[in-house]
Amino acid sequence: MLFLKLLFRNAFRHRLRTGLTILGIAIAILAFGMLRTMVGAWYAGVEASSAGRLVTRNAISLIFPLPISYKDKIRQVSGVKIVSYGNWFGGLYIDEKNFFANFAVEPRSYLQLYPEFILSPDEEASFLRDRKGFIAGQKLVDKFGWKLGTTVTLKGTIFPGNWDFILRGIYHGKDKTVDEMQFMFHWDYLNETMKKTVPRRADQVGFYMIGVTHPDLASDVAVSIDSLFKNSLAETLTETEKAFALTFISMTEAIVTAIRVVSFVVIFIILAVLANTMVMTTRERIGEYAVLKTLGFGGWHIAAMIFGESLVITTIGCTLGIAGTFPAAKIFGESLVLYFPIFYVESKTIILDIIAATAVGLIAAVIPTHRAVMIRIADGLRRIG
Amino acid sequence: MAIPFSYNLRNLWTRRLTTFLTAGGMALVVFVFAAILMLAEGLEKTLVETGSHDNVVVIRKGSSAEVQSGIEREKAAIVETQPEIAIGMDGRRLFAKELVVLISLDKRETGKPSNVVMRGIGANSLYLRPQIKLVEGRLPRFGSSEIIVGKSIYKGFQNTGINDTIYSGLRNWRVVGIFDAGATGFSSEIWGDVDQCMQAFRRPVYSSVIFKLRNSRDFDAVRMRIESDPRLSLEARRETKYYRDQSEMMAKFLRIFGWSLTIIFSLGAIIGAMITMYAAVANRTAEIGTLRALGFRRRSIMIAFLMESLILGFTGGCAGLFLASFMQLITISTMNFQTFSELAFNFTLTFDIIYKAILFSIIMGFVGGVLPAIRASRMYIVDALRSV
Amino acid sequence: MEEITPVVEISKVNKSYRRDHYVLKVLNDITFNIAEGQFLALMGPSGSGKTTLLNLIAGIDKTDSGTIRVAGVDISSLSETELAGWRAAHVGFIFQFYNLIPVLTAVENVELPLHLTGLSRRERLEHSEMALSVVNLADRKDHYPGQLSGGEQQRVAIARAVVTDPTILVADEPTGDLDKVSAEDVLNLMEYLNERFGKTIIMVTHDPRAAKRAKIIRHLEKGFLSNAVSQTSL
Repeated sequence: MLFLKLLFRNAFRHRLRTGLTILGIAIAILAFGMLRTMVGAWYAGVEASSAGRLVTRNAISLIFPLPISYKDKIRQVSGVKIVSYGNWFGGLYIDEKNFFANFAVEPRSYLQLYPEFILSPDEEASFLRDRKGFIAGQKLVDKFGWKLGTTVTLKGTIFPGNWDFILRGIYHGKDKTVDEMQFMFHWDYLNETMKKTVPRRADQVGFYMIGVTHPDLASDVAVSIDSLFKNSLAETLTETEKAFALTFISMTEAIVTAIRVVSFVVIFIILAVLANTMVMTTRERIGEYAVLKTLGFGGWHIAAMIFGESLVITTIGCTLGIAGTFPAAKIFGESLVLYFPIFYVESKTIILDIIAATAVGLIAAVIPTHRAVMIRIADGLRRIG
Repeated sequence: MAIPFSYNLRNLWTRRLTTFLTAGGMALVVFVFAAILMLAEGLEKTLVETGSHDNVVVIRKGSSAEVQSGIEREKAAIVETQPEIAIGMDGRRLFAKELVVLISLDKRETGKPSNVVMRGIGANSLYLRPQIKLVEGRLPRFGSSEIIVGKSIYKGFQNTGINDTIYSGLRNWRVVGIFDAGATGFSSEIWGDVDQCMQAFRRPVYSSVIFKLRNSRDFDAVRMRIESDPRLSLEARRETKYYRDQSEMMAKFLRIFGWSLTIIFSLGAIIGAMITMYAAVANRTAEIGTLRALGFRRRSIMIAFLMESLILGFTGGCAGLFLASFMQLITISTMNFQTFSELAFNFTLTFDIIYKAILFSIIMGFVGGVLPAIRASRMYIVDALRSV
Repeated sequence: MEEITPVVEISKVNKSYRRDHYVLKVLNDITFNIAEGQFLALMGPSGSGKTTLLNLIAGIDKTDSGTIRVAGVDISSLSETELAGWRAAHVGFIFQFYNLIPVLTAVENVELPLHLTGLSRRERLEHSEMALSVVNLADRKDHYPGQLSGGEQQRVAIARAVVTDPTILVADEPTGDLDKVSAEDVLNLMEYLNERFGKTIIMVTHDPRAAKRAKIIRHLEKGFLSNAVSQTSL
């Protein structure tokens, strides 16, 4: 206890210096936490995916459609429980800045496949009844201030024209991992309109979403489906939802890697700052360490003092940084909700914060400890005067 | 009446470890700052240079990229009749109808798939893109399933060498040549015959039409005519602007990311500089008193300490830039958020970035050092001397 | 007896210090003159105010009331900036702990005050080297203070003090940190400067050996100047 008190008193001998160091560490831990949270947000789709769902798309690439006629054939594959389908609509709300995911889906089967989208039975019924209706996640509705019954117009990019939809249901996610920024409407509305305007584009889906009876069957079912359509005009590629989400990430892997690298740079910056403080502090107290040595304290005692002081500073800084991460993430998350629909601080991040801070605290103390322990008593005493 | 500069340099050198650590922290901040700006610059440069100012790209109204657009044959024929289209040397109209699709190919390094642009070109397409140079093999024969690949595709993706075959859309496309389009988006594309592509991928419509203006000034007239024609529903842009717009989202993302990161990091570095300079002032209190006693003014003392902090910043800035310049050796291969397709580009260091980085580092040094320097200058001589 | 011109005229000077609500009167109505070419020792017990008086004469502290004139200039009315310039031209300092700049060489330390004048680089070097030869350290000019002994450092400090040819030299316990031999050297030097070059020296000390080298000794006790003026024999 006395030792701890000594460490604290020593650390705060120089209030300004210690205060600044703690501030620096807190800021860096905050930055590190935010960067990791950003990386986590990038992987959000992966976290949200289920082992019991498969995605079937055109083998050439995602921009090519599949015929609606595949639906019945897929349903007959053993292991398939639910078949749903949809198209990425890519509509713009007012202008390009307001980007959010909007899909045309087969509503009944799609909602069955996604039990984590929680929708009141009334709203679900109201949505299913109205072909021009749409459902949207709570966060999306909050962002634009929509209410039930509001008409929202999207400008089609892939499917040209102005499309009107009426908000019939607002879903919220079962837990933090669910994306509440999505917009879903009836596939029939899209299809009927296409039949009238561009008939050759009708009766085509962008993807099939398949629910399997048991997750263990997933890979077998995927293979079966693809073999059904091999050598046909539209070959398919079926994979688990998780694998599908991962392909998007791997395409932007370079950016994610860059963010990871940068988060390590932060750690080095605080290491430099803390090491600097410890070096200066120890240099000034060299005389005192010499005196302690004359009193009989050994190298280990001195080492413990220096390491201890370093760790006290990092612990305080780290705690402040972690405390600040949560409100910062909230603010960030809200303002960047269009880029990162899912943005929350994982407990893994906090643990990494603590590990990083501790590591920095230990490394920063190494050189000063070495200098302090190695100094000859006579040299040290000379430095006091 | 300034305190000699050598005083400042020698003081920094005497406490080498501290100087190194403080400048090192700043160097890291400048490194991140410069690297991210270089990334945004490289991205924009690649996309902007991907066009010619006198070429016009026409796509469907409302689409933001070729890959979303569809132009029916009849509409393409109408555009082809515009009088402003340039005539080439051998009498041909410099007008091309192209199809752009995305196909999924596996990367060399990771084996994971990524979307690559496959462009079905017309006979005139190569004349419209003079920056394309064939570096290996030959041009594809029209009417066949032969293709040529851009250098970045060859470097980044499996099965894209000469005589390799890519299987897509129930066809085997044979690679017969590799082309270099410099640091432009075309280097990340695969080119083949447009009619063959339309058949294989079952697209009865073109994605875009491209033509060269006879006279650059005619752009506004021709654009107005195309965009107001009720039969067409098309929009026209200069090729350079078209490609620049495609980088907008990503470049903006990188810039915002870069600036916000840097500001936060710089706080850390500035704090480091403040700690160092406060300590320097505290340890040289007797010196400060002596200098004042000798007759140096308060302002000279302040400038001297501020100078040391600025030197720290500047040194850190140079070191950070030096490290960042090595990033130019790295090629980034990623998906463009806007077009959903593969894009390869380099970190590009420009004079603008260099001067911004140095300015930033000096500002960091200033902000870190100004308060301690003021403290040094305001000391009472008697107290300072007494602290010996 | 002819009136020798007073170079320092102190008139009714009072000074107090404020330390945490506690006001301490350090100097009471001090009035006296110092003649040009004088070598004065100010003595007194610890806390008598002698260093404070020295600081006031040297222009590094301000009086609460009263005036101090040095070479005709009323320094108590000068602003901080004016005082700085005045000190550069008129005062040479010798401190107990030498106060050399550790990162500058001996000659650079001596040259330091010359940066406040309009001399060219060449002229500055000439003057500095000359000052160093006066104190017999010309051969150590490129050494850093850390490489010199205490006595040598003090001699460099003296060279620095005289290089600008100041009106007065003030010394605060110049031999306080030196051994007997080095102290002798330093005192010899100060005597030499006073007799050969006519430099006015005001020295604070409680070392009686040092005081004996001065021409006049005055005593301060509890902030009051005693009327006794001891003249040391020549």
